Amino acid sequence: MLKDLQKAIVKSQVWKSIFRVGIPTDNRKRAMAMLGNVVLHLHPIKVKKSGLRMSYTWCMGGTAFFLFLVETITGLLLMFYYRPTVEYAYFDMVDLREVAAFGIMREMHRWAAHAMVIAVWLHMFRVFMTGSYKPPREFNWNVGVILLVLTLLLSFTGYLLPWDQLAIWAITVGSNMARATPLLGHEGPGAALLQLGGTKLIHVGSDARFGLIAGRTIGGGTLIRFYVLHCVAIPFVAAFLIAVHFWRVRRDGGISGPV
Amino acid sequence: MFDALKELVNYFSDPKWSFTITTVVFVAALFWRRLWTNLGGLVMLVGVTLYFVVSMFDENFRLVVAKPDNVPIVMMVYFVGFFVWLSMKKAYDNDERIANGEPTFEKTEANDKIFTWPDLVFSEFICMVILTVLLVVWSIMLQAPLEEPANTAVAPNPSKAPWYFLGLQEMLVYFDPWMAGVVLPSLIIVGLCAIPYIDTNTKGNGYFTFKERRSEIVLFMYGFVVLWCYLIVVGTFMRGPNWNFFGLYEYWDINKVEPLVNVDLSEYIFIKMLGVGLPSFWLVRELPGILLLLLYFVVLPVGLTKLQFFKRYYDDMGASRFYVGIGLFLTMMLLPIKMYLRWAFNLKYLVHIQEFFFNV
Repeated sequence: MLKDLQKAIVKSQVWKSIFRVGIPTDNRKRAMAMLGNVVLHLHPIKVKKSGLRMSYTWCMGGTAFFLFLVETITGLLLMFYYRPTVEYAYFDMVDLREVAAFGIMREMHRWAAHAMVIAVWLHMFRVFMTGSYKPPREFNWNVGVILLVLTLLLSFTGYLLPWDQLAIWAITVGSNMARATPLLGHEGPGAALLQLGGTKLIHVGSDARFGLIAGRTIGGGTLIRFYVLHCVAIPFVAAFLIAVHFWRVRRDGGISGPV
Repeated sequence: MFDALKELVNYFSDPKWSFTITTVVFVAALFWRRLWTNLGGLVMLVGVTLYFVVSMFDENFRLVVAKPDNVPIVMMVYFVGFFVWLSMKKAYDNDERIANGEPTFEKTEANDKIFTWPDLVFSEFICMVILTVLLVVWSIMLQAPLEEPANTAVAPNPSKAPWYFLGLQEMLVYFDPWMAGVVLPSLIIVGLCAIPYIDTNTKGNGYFTFKERRSEIVLFMYGFVVLWCYLIVVGTFMRGPNWNFFGLYEYWDINKVEPLVNVDLSEYIFIKMLGVGLPSFWLVRELPGILLLLLYFVVLPVGLTKLQFFKRYYDDMGASRFYVGIGLFLTMMLLPIKMYLRWAFNLKYLVHIQEFFFNV
């Protein structure tokens, strides 16, 4: 009976309108399945057997991308609850933990973020160890380096949002570095050179750190700035570069392998 | 017995010992084939796990390692360890094949093309399912940390950056913020980007090998495993209140006093050696340090090209690639050099121009 039901569904007009090919049974259909699906067509129709091996790829690039998707979904759900203001932020976290349905989203978001940082490092390590940055893949290695930086920035901006002691002091330590930026930080080398008629251009209220945290100390301005960076700006750039990264993997001859 | 052992570990986990041991063991291990076999891997895995399990009985060890946000670092130790082992094992296996005139393992399968559907698509699907399950279990078992509400008036001691930046925070012990927090991180990014353009070795593209790219692999792994991951471990597990060093089994006593008498190079030269007092003009005062840095970054690279080992690279890479590469390499080595100068001579700054916040 189940078989009949399955047959009926697969043969229905609705099903056929969505999945044009159906379960592939021959090579032509295997190719069609890859070409006809917007997600699957990221892949080529055929791949090198050596590049399929888990011991070769460690699956780390895919893991990093999957974790990026997990972060996007759990992050979206968290945005329904979380208000990025000094009054509400912390107590919204408490609510997420104590009363919100699917409050586990916060745990998933945090642990997946940590795992994503490690996955991106290991992906880079694998690419290095197999020499896959060598021509013709030099440019894609660079896109990858920028994606690595973006991953760290995503994690760093997200670290502030719970607005607890752990958050603001970690960001304080991190952002304090910016005040020592050469030329642009008020305690950085060369900043004193930037003067106009005896007026300092770079001071505690105008330097790189001020621009980063929107104030002289971490406060409500920092929170909204990091929130927008974390939820909109950096994910947008990262998503674009991920697309470039995948595109270039295909253009540069697919997964690397011995020539 | 255990207490004596803990004391011993505490003593040797001091960065000056543990860093030296890590470096020596790491570089030596890369060349020691027998670690990179199944048995070698198993022994290492069991050893590390046994160490963790036994150490968890120690209260101070457990307090630091079992913090929810420190769990990823334990994960990192395992993963980095495992993948160093895996890549080196595959590299040595391939090297053996190459030496025997056989094609590499990857080569035997490279011309074998198989359909993405179902092989790749299904293994991706299975990976996603497994990862999802792992994440859900991890999230149920371990609650994300939430401390007291933010309070700008009460600074926790120690205040630590997110764990992946703790290597950089650890560098603050040896460098000023403009170096440890801005210049060196930027140069890490620049250096990583430059790798494919500096490395002219055409071998080892698309397969694991050690023999064909020894220098590249030793350098990259030294940067990644020793300078990046090891410093994160130190910054997380061994830095307590006031960023003082604490052994792995030591109680994080907020009153621990570490006598720090750090001396600048200029003070060494003008006060201790010449006995004349510091010159008042900064350029004269810091001339020795500036000359030393010029020697290091300008004269040394040129001098290296005369050595047979480096001359080969110079000829292969050409002048511009060679000097950019050696400049980045020397910048990286500035960190271990500064560490040892600190431990051996309590050296604070090579160049200390407080007038412009220019301290190296």
